[in-house]
Amino acid sequence: MRRLSSHPILDISSQPTITFTFEDTILEGVEGDSIASALIANGIVSFSTSIKKHRPRGFYCAIGNCASCEMNVDGVSHVRTCITPLKAGMMVKREER
Amino acid sequence: MKIYDVCIIGGGPSGLCAAQRCAEAGLNTLLLDRSPSLGGQLIKQTHKFFGSKEHYAKFRGIEIAKLLQDKLTSFENLTILTETTVVGIYEDFVITTLHHNQYKKVQAKAILCAVGASEKFLAFENNDLPQIIGAGALQTLVNQTHVVPGETMVMIGSGNIGLIVSYQMMQAGMKVKAIIEANDGIGGYKVHASKLRRLGVPIHTKSTIKRAIGTDKLDAVEIIQLDEHYQEIPNTSQIIPTDVLCISVGLSPLHQLTSMLNAKSAYIQELGGWVPLLDETYQCSVPGLFACGDMVGIEEASSAMMEGHLAALHVCAYLKQSHPQAAELIPYYENQLYELRNGVHGSKTLKGILKRKEAMNAQ
Ligand SMILES: Cc1cc2nc3c(=O)[nH]c(=O)nc-3n(C[C@H](O)[C@H](O)[C@H](O)COP(=O)(O)OP(=O)(O)OC[C@H]3O[C@@H](n4cnc5c(N)ncnc54)[C@H](O)[C@@H]3O)c2cc1C
Ligand code: FES
Repeated sequence: MRRLSSHPILDISSQPTITFTFEDTILEGVEGDSIASALIANGIVSFSTSIKKHRPRGFYCAIGNCASCEMNVDGVSHVRTCITPLKAGMMVKREER
Repeated sequence: MKIYDVCIIGGGPSGLCAAQRCAEAGLNTLLLDRSPSLGGQLIKQTHKFFGSKEHYAKFRGIEIAKLLQDKLTSFENLTILTETTVVGIYEDFVITTLHHNQYKKVQAKAILCAVGASEKFLAFENNDLPQIIGAGALQTLVNQTHVVPGETMVMIGSGNIGLIVSYQMMQAGMKVKAIIEANDGIGGYKVHASKLRRLGVPIHTKSTIKRAIGTDKLDAVEIIQLDEHYQEIPNTSQIIPTDVLCISVGLSPLHQLTSMLNAKSAYIQELGGWVPLLDETYQCSVPGLFACGDMVGIEEASSAMMEGHLAALHVCAYLKQSHPQAAELIPYYENQLYELRNGVHGSKTLKGILKRKEAMNAQ
């Protein structure tokens, strides 16, 4: 996992950092991140678990269509982290199963 | 509850062009999109587009999205809401939306759906492991949020999207270990495939994925060769360690919203799956409900834009507030669509559209 520092086409300017909490850990993301992209940049790729067999689920469609990335954000359950912009101080958790 | 003349659902290339025309005609217009930024598929495309000159061929997708949005800045009669997902449409054209965990209702006299498409999935063992990512999603992650989810990847599907996304991931520094294709030949344009081959990416045709390997996340994939009947050939499998598996096996139109109003639909393979049926004004079987772009047939950005313009011009006429230039614009865009679809790559779409028309007339 890494953030791009340069790219042949895209303009990669460095963005202000944002801190947020995942489970009990304080992590850093940047302005422009979705919650999902900030987690992946921190090496967290398992976002939820399947309901019956508790199999890990990650980032899949990024358009809010598949439910694979749903997490609990600030106490609200089933937030689609792929289309929700990251904000400072967010408390992000996996749903309890 | 606020009442608008027209609600356009989806702010991809099709919805953006439609919004411009509706606003120009003076309609009180609402444009809704569920993602934080407008542009749909365009905002993650860093490559120069194919398509027609009039529709920004040679521009990069990200630039086109900007150009289309710039045309919308001056209208007071246009309201744009992002991060707003349409979750329901009712018979009286009440639309329920979800925005920041809040449900709201609006009503419109006409509805134009331009919600695009979603990626198809593939059945194989362990296909739900984290780090198995759809092609569009991988683009969003890397090109929009600039996060690279691993150092290596394997791509399934050699259509244009599979090839373009593979190349884009190489530009972001990933190593593409293999591109897997079940058919005998490469699906996308030769230029894209040759570029990847020159860079040393192996493209395995007549092959498929047998299973993904890993427990908490993907560690490797097992691929296997196929015979001419698409059956696995024993003892030809190989295991490729990889951080990411990208799936690009086509798109299917998002027909669910129009189906909520029981608009007639049909499965048309040439258009990518279930699509709403349309009359020649892009109107569904429900009066006042219109649809355009990838959701009525998977095609390309140029055609999505032309259809957006056309559908909007017809919406204006339906609401008895014709666009001042409708008489010139309608034949202009129809002619452009005709030329595009009669080009080398249009025959499949034309066949699909004919089927869609026949199904509509048969109803
Ligand atoms: C990798 C790739 C490369 C491509 N390259 C080219 C190319 O070189 N040239 C070319 O012409 N075309 C290309 N295309 C195709 C082109 O991007 C699409 O055909 C085009 O974007 C379709 O436009 P659209 O407006 O119909 O849908 P989309 O662009 O998919 O937009 C749909 C919009 O609707 C929104 N939406 C969906 N559901 C809801 C809902 N319930 N509520 C609110 N909003 C919703 C979405 O957020 C999205 O913004 C490419 C596509 C891909 C994936
Ligand atoms: S990844 Fe599919 S809904 Fe978020």
